[in-house]
Amino acid sequence: MSDDVRPTPAPVTGSPAARVAVTDDAAALLVRLRDKHGELMFHQSGGCCDGSSPMCYPDGDFITGDADVHLGDLAISAAEAGSFTVPVWMRRNQFEYWKHTHLTIDVVPGRGAGFSVEAPEGVRFLIRSRLFTDDEWERLEAIGA
Amino acid sequence: MTVYAAPGTEGAIASFRPRYDHWIGGEYVPPANGQYFENPSPVTGRTFTEVARGDADDIDRALDAAHGAAPAWGRTSVTERAIILNKIADRMEEHLEELAVAETWENGKPVRETLNADLPLAIDHFRYFAGAIRAQEGSISEIDGDTIAYHFHEPLGVVGQIIPWNFPILMAVWKLAPALAAGNAVVLKPAEQTPTSILYLMELIADLLPPGVVNVVNGFGAEAGKPLASSSRIRKIAFTGETTTGRLIMQYASQNIIPVTLELGGKSPNLFFSDVAAAHDDYYDKALEGFTMFALNQGEVCTCPSRALIQSDIYSSFLADAVARTEAIKQGNPLDTDTMIGAQASNDQLEKILSYFDIGRAEGAKVLTGGHRAELEGDLAGGYYVTPTIFEGKNEMRIFQEEIFGPVVAVTEFAEFDDAIKIANDTLYGLGAGVWTRSGADAYRAGRAIEAGRVWTNNYHAYPAAAAFGGYKGSGVGRENHKMMLDHYQQTKNLLVSYSPNKLGFF
Repeated sequence: MSDDVRPTPAPVTGSPAARVAVTDDAAALLVRLRDKHGELMFHQSGGCCDGSSPMCYPDGDFITGDADVHLGDLAISAAEAGSFTVPVWMRRNQFEYWKHTHLTIDVVPGRGAGFSVEAPEGVRFLIRSRLFTDDEWERLEAIGA
Repeated sequence: MTVYAAPGTEGAIASFRPRYDHWIGGEYVPPANGQYFENPSPVTGRTFTEVARGDADDIDRALDAAHGAAPAWGRTSVTERAIILNKIADRMEEHLEELAVAETWENGKPVRETLNADLPLAIDHFRYFAGAIRAQEGSISEIDGDTIAYHFHEPLGVVGQIIPWNFPILMAVWKLAPALAAGNAVVLKPAEQTPTSILYLMELIADLLPPGVVNVVNGFGAEAGKPLASSSRIRKIAFTGETTTGRLIMQYASQNIIPVTLELGGKSPNLFFSDVAAAHDDYYDKALEGFTMFALNQGEVCTCPSRALIQSDIYSSFLADAVARTEAIKQGNPLDTDTMIGAQASNDQLEKILSYFDIGRAEGAKVLTGGHRAELEGDLAGGYYVTPTIFEGKNEMRIFQEEIFGPVVAVTEFAEFDDAIKIANDTLYGLGAGVWTRSGADAYRAGRAIEAGRVWTNNYHAYPAAAAFGGYKGSGVGRENHKMMLDHYQQTKNLLVSYSPNKLGFF
C-alpha cells in the first residue's frame, strides 16, 4: 500500500455543518470503552511522541476551559447501549491552524502512549482529515462555528 | 559494515527474557493482577517478549519501595552518589554494544545511532551529573552583620518519571541522572512501546544501586501512568510526551501541589540563509547534512527539524541538492551499521504519518521525494518503514504546524531576515531551531530572535550534556541536560540565623 487510499467521509449536506465525525469501527470501540469507563471525551493532542492524536478520557478527567474549543459531539447510537454523545475538544490556539479541516476519528491497530483509554485494547484512535468544501465552509461561517 | 544478529537468533550479543516483570526494590516482581502485554519489534512487527501490565497496585508497591529507600539514599554523601553514577556509566560502557542492539531491536532505530549517539550520550550523562553534584554548592546571603541566610539543597524525596519511546534509554537517563544525583528515589514508567530496554539496563546495574532507589513499573498510561502521575506520594513528576497528556499531568500535579517538568515536542524550523551557498565547500556539505537531519531517528525526535526555511535566491538550487542528499539515505535492516534510517516505532505511528501524507497532499503541498510507506523484503516485510519525505508548501498548512514524528520535512522559502524569523516563530511550539549562515552577526541575531529553547547554529541534533535543553511556548517547562536540572529535583532549605544578642524591641 504505497499510495494509501483512505476512507473519506462524505461531506455533510443539508444539515448543520459538523467539524467532527467518527468511523464505524471507532464508534463500535467507543461503545465498548463506555461500558468500561463511563461517559467519554476526546481532546486532540499536539506535539511530540503520541501527539497529533486524539486522546480519549473518562468525561471530565481532563479539565477543559477557556483555552479550549468544543469542536462538536460525536453522536453514537448502539442497539443495546442506546445513544450517547462524546464531546471533542482542542486547544484554542491549535484550532486556529486546524479550523479549515474536517476531522474524522478512526481507529487502527497500535500501541499509543499517553493516558488515552483505548491503548490497552491494542488499538489507537487516529485523526483523518480533509479540507472543508466551500459549501461547508460557508455554513460554518454562517453559524459562527 | 557489521550486521548484528537479531536478538533470539544465533550469535546475538543481546538476548531478552521471554517475559519481564516490574523492577521493584531491586528485583523483578510479578504484576499484582498477573497480566502481561506483548512487545513487538518494529524491525519485523513480531513479538519478542512480554511485559508486566502494571496498574495502581504495582505503582503503590513501587512507591512503597521508593519511600523505603529514599531517606537513606538522600543522606548519602554527594561523593558516594557520584561514585555510583560513575560506576553505572562504566558498566554501561562495558556493555555498550549489547545495550545498543537491545535498544535498536525494541525501538527500530538504526544501530549506528544507538552505538554512536544514544548510548554514549547516556553514559556521559551519568558522568556529567556525577561531576555536577560534586561541584554544586549551597549559598549564603549576608543580610546584615548579625543575620545570615544559609541555603542548602535537599532532595525532594520520591519522584515520578514518565519516559517516551523515541530514545528509550537516553530519555530515561536524562531524568534518572539528575534525580539520583540530587538524592531522590524514583518510580519510573517507560513508554508502552519500549518497556524493555530500561529493564535490560536495570538488570545490568542492579548491584550498583541500593534496592528501591530506582523502580520501574510498566503498563499503559491509563492504567499505570495515571496512578503514578496523580499519586499523592510523589513530590515531583517529570514527563516527556505530547501536549494533552502534559496538560493532564499538570492538572493532576495541581491537586497534589507538586512541581512538574514537561518536554512536549515542537515543530522546529531549520533556517538556511543565502550565504550558505556562497561556495560549494565543506560548509555547504555540512549544511546539506543539517537539512537531512529530519530523518535522524526516523524523525522521531521532539526537535526534528521538520520545517526547512530556505532563502529565496538559493531556494531552487539548495533544495535540489537537499532532495538528492535525502534520496541517498539508506533504509534497511536497523541492525546493519550501514543503515541510516530504520523502522518507525509502532504501527499507529506509521498510520499517523501516512494520514499526514493525505492531508499534506489535500492542502496542496507538493511531494518532492518519498510520500509513501517503504516496503522492505524478507524478515523486514512486517516492519513499519517510511520513505524519507520532503513536502513543499506554505507555513499555514497543517504539515507545517503539527509534529508528524516521522521522517518528513516541510519546506518553504523566505525573502529576507525578518520574514524568516516571522515564519520560524509562527508555531505553537518552541523547542528547537536551526540557523545556517556564514555570517556570525546574522547567526547571533537569528538565534536570539527565534522563540525556542535550543537554537543549533551551524549544527543540528547535537545533545551534549552541559547544553540546556527545554522548551519555550507550548513545548514545556524546565531545562534538562544541564546542571540547572538539579534545581528541578531539589528543595531549597533556608536557615535564617541571627547572631545578635539584642532583641528587636517589638514586644
